[in-house]
Amino acid sequence: MTAYTKGSGATWVGRSIRRLEDPALVTGRGRFTGDLAAAHWVRFVRSPVASGRIGSIKAPPGAWIVTAGDLAGVKPIRPMLHKFAYRPVAQPILAEGVVRFVGEPLAAVIAASREEAEDVADQVIADISATAAVIDCRAALETTAPPIHAQAPGNVVVEGIVKTPGFDDAWNGAYQVVALETRSRRQNATPLEPRAGHAAFDATTGRVTLTCATQMPHLTRTAIADILGMPENQLRVIAPDVGGGFGQKMSLAPEYVLLVWLARRHKSSFAWTEDRRENLIAAFHARDQYISLQGAFDAHAKIIALKADIVTNVGAYSCYPTTCGVEPLMAMAELPGPYDVRHYECRARGVLTNTCTMAPYRGVSRPVITFALERLMDKAAKRFDLDPVEIRRRNLIDAFPYRTATGLEYDQASYRQTLEMAATLVDLPAFRARQKQARAQNRHLGVGFAAFCERTGYGSPAFAARGMDITPGWETAVVSVDPSGFVEARVGTSPHGQGLRTTLAQIIADEIGVSPDKVSIVHGDTDRAPYGWGTFASRSLVIGGGATLAAARKVRAKLVRIASHMLEAAPEDILLGDGEARVAGTDRSLPIAVLAREAYTQTHRFKGEIDPGLAEQGTYDPPGTFSNACHAAVVEVDIETGRVKLERFIVAEDAGRLINPMIADGQVHGGVAQGIGNALFEEIVYDETGNILTSTLADYLPPTAREIPPIELQHLETASPNSLTQAKGLGEGGAIGAPAAVINALNDALAPFGVEINEMPATPQRIRALLRNAGVPS
Amino acid sequence: MKPAPFIRHVPSTIAEAVAMLAEVAPQDGRILAGGQSLVPIMAFRLAKPAHLVDINEIAGLEKVTCDGRTLFIRACARHAAFHRPVVDNPLGALLATVAKHIAHYPIRLRGTFCGSLAHADPASEWCLVAATLDATIMAKSIRGERLIAANEFFAGIMSTALREDELLVETRLPLLARDARFGFNEFSRRAGDFAMSAALVVYRLHDGKITEARVGVGGAEANPRRLAEAEAVLEGQTPAAPLFRAAAEAAAAAIDPLEDHQIDAEYRRDLVRAVVRRALESSVRVTHPC
Repeated sequence: MTAYTKGSGATWVGRSIRRLEDPALVTGRGRFTGDLAAAHWVRFVRSPVASGRIGSIKAPPGAWIVTAGDLAGVKPIRPMLHKFAYRPVAQPILAEGVVRFVGEPLAAVIAASREEAEDVADQVIADISATAAVIDCRAALETTAPPIHAQAPGNVVVEGIVKTPGFDDAWNGAYQVVALETRSRRQNATPLEPRAGHAAFDATTGRVTLTCATQMPHLTRTAIADILGMPENQLRVIAPDVGGGFGQKMSLAPEYVLLVWLARRHKSSFAWTEDRRENLIAAFHARDQYISLQGAFDAHAKIIALKADIVTNVGAYSCYPTTCGVEPLMAMAELPGPYDVRHYECRARGVLTNTCTMAPYRGVSRPVITFALERLMDKAAKRFDLDPVEIRRRNLIDAFPYRTATGLEYDQASYRQTLEMAATLVDLPAFRARQKQARAQNRHLGVGFAAFCERTGYGSPAFAARGMDITPGWETAVVSVDPSGFVEARVGTSPHGQGLRTTLAQIIADEIGVSPDKVSIVHGDTDRAPYGWGTFASRSLVIGGGATLAAARKVRAKLVRIASHMLEAAPEDILLGDGEARVAGTDRSLPIAVLAREAYTQTHRFKGEIDPGLAEQGTYDPPGTFSNACHAAVVEVDIETGRVKLERFIVAEDAGRLINPMIADGQVHGGVAQGIGNALFEEIVYDETGNILTSTLADYLPPTAREIPPIELQHLETASPNSLTQAKGLGEGGAIGAPAAVINALNDALAPFGVEINEMPATPQRIRALLRNAGVPS
Repeated sequence: MKPAPFIRHVPSTIAEAVAMLAEVAPQDGRILAGGQSLVPIMAFRLAKPAHLVDINEIAGLEKVTCDGRTLFIRACARHAAFHRPVVDNPLGALLATVAKHIAHYPIRLRGTFCGSLAHADPASEWCLVAATLDATIMAKSIRGERLIAANEFFAGIMSTALREDELLVETRLPLLARDARFGFNEFSRRAGDFAMSAALVVYRLHDGKITEARVGVGGAEANPRRLAEAEAVLEGQTPAAPLFRAAAEAAAAAIDPLEDHQIDAEYRRDLVRAVVRRALESSVRVTHPC
């Protein structure tokens, strides 16, 4: 135990203390990008056609408009992968010559207010001659499909292939092969706050400050400086309060590049706040995939081989920095999931289409592959006449560390235990009895399970393995105690709802021996925070938390030395806690504040043995750790209307050590809600010409609180050797397991009718169509 | 998502309002009541009225009154006014039942009954009520006032018999018979969404047989309307599950279903079948105190 609290001996870590960031946020005192005043407001004129050649763009007389022709010397967004047959396609900041999706920025108009900018944009006339567009990624693979980019003939922009040695022999020895085709339709992450940017020129320094709703402030700075050819020290990027990101705000928005260009060129301030319609049409999309999956099983229902063909629609361009390889390649790498399967063959392709660009969204492909794999397990269970728990029990990995067929190393985890926990909560025999009774009354209940593991908190080697030009991974934190004894941590992670202001303070509090409210966290400002990669990929508490812990331990060590010096006791006898340094077994103590003051103002007393000041830096670049969970859903299907009502939702999860259980619960709740949206509600729909039919929240339907049942949540805490804090990432898991659990439950309910649905979202109309075709009346 | 420029006029009497409307109507002037449909449409710039005549400041326009035979709903009566029965008659309970299905609470505090009729969204619950109960709509302009029967008022998707200079000042609903029974059911994807189909049924029982049957369906066609085919099935029959199924079947067959990217004709018929039958079933189950 590294800390003590008078009387209790408790640590701050592991306690559900209230979130320190919330008082401001829930009383309207948050500071968001859109709150900033600007001299100029920008409105983007967006392409109304999915594919076409730009003739002319005419603005009304006197209007201020910027088009691609004005942006001489500005480079396109061109992320790079050096593997997987990646074709480096480029996206101009404003469309140049051609347009490739509905919503692509064609021009920017600038006016004194947001309203006026919209008035002007309304009058801009773009003469675009439409050319053939392709919307569906399978259609884009056909030889007759128009190429979206010349660099990618055939529209395949990235392709991963894996086949383990001995695969064919294993496959041919199968007792049973179970196959299915899944379809996951397109979604938008719908953060509460859409994207927003504000770029301001400072006449004194000549620098530009870009305030924007980003998850990655430092990389935004690097990327924009590269694109505009400016020294990076001339640009400051601030991520103030950010109203959710879910991945959508980690990819570079071309709009931000233009704002910085305008601010530098015109030495003024320029703001843009995306509206919901723009966000649904032109911010990044995700999850548009087809998976053909086959599993080979032995006679004991043990899976021996998996074969997958994954086709992902990546949209019109490649997102920066991950590239559009992020979905297909993650799907390929992680598809075998929590199961012991030694043989694996997979082809995963990213296919260009005339649709909005794809980017990471909470879970990145894992919601889709988990859906496919867990459907496969349920189908196999039926084939072998096993219940869904038993087939998983037989196949889940149970010994760790475990090296997967694709070469990933799974650390200590609890795949079997979380399955059993979920099964116990469901009480399968009791449920089956209730299900039978209900069926007799023409009510149709179903239960579905989804087990998964999830790679989180992975460092730079994992990104390097993808061949990325930019390999984010490590994190840095600088922890300092000021002369008044208060603590400041400056971190490269960039929280936007995750509660890191609180959890990082809990970690520091235990090391330094002060309460978390004495710790302030500085993040999201490239002038104040050390270079870091921001918050995404369930990484911040693992990597940023690890870096913070490493820095705090160094500060602690120094405090102990100072205390040892001042209290004239051996360092090993010094205890820190409750705001004091104390000599063990005595009543001798000094406040931390006194030690801190000494470290700055009385350094001559250290006689050169202790460096002055009290600030230390820590970095962390871990190999990655795998969280795991089992979700279970109980649904009732209204077979007359196709409505699916969730009766119960159960999560048994293991994300290692919980720093703040309440915050962990909140992360799981939010993820599950998005997963339920994924399964039943949310779908971006294009018509055949590439127009979006779901451009408002009356058409694109995230679930509301009324559609989400109470979530029954249990945690296990398997400490990870791959995490300094012993915590694993859990930001995405809720969204990963929920879709598969819901769809499995739905299929269980539909089983008496002999129909099966392997498409998400499983909308009432799709369910009804299946039932109608099976002769079930409404 | 900011509206195009417009001028807001704020009359304090109905006479002023219709005079202003007469003046601005030729320049796409519109009435602004609760604004829960018009303002979002303006924010999307799907509508760009140059003038809005805001009737919210006109005294007395939020009233709902009754003369013992008819309920008078003035132009600014909010949806929320119907959360509790407005009249000691089954109609009060019916309106309270329906009101809770309209959008979400904040919208119900602002949006108006008459505004819903003037907007004439096919999925509007109040339009369904007006059609099923044969409401009378009073339109006023500087040329005078006129009464329009509900079955002549709705003229297609978001289209009505109102002329551009006319203000819908009042909707009149006949009180129901004391022993009237009713049932309402609607289907939407999420709580508070627009109905993908809705049904309202009203009838009396005479010696255990259904009389004066009204079966209205909304959200399924361009406008809500009564379905004589379904009413005919019910008339003179004893309420029972097979009868309700037959009436629902007749309703599903009678409609000319609206189709969109979400809902094809077959699914719309499925929903109509389900909501009509469920509305009928609820009419038997629920007894409304009044």
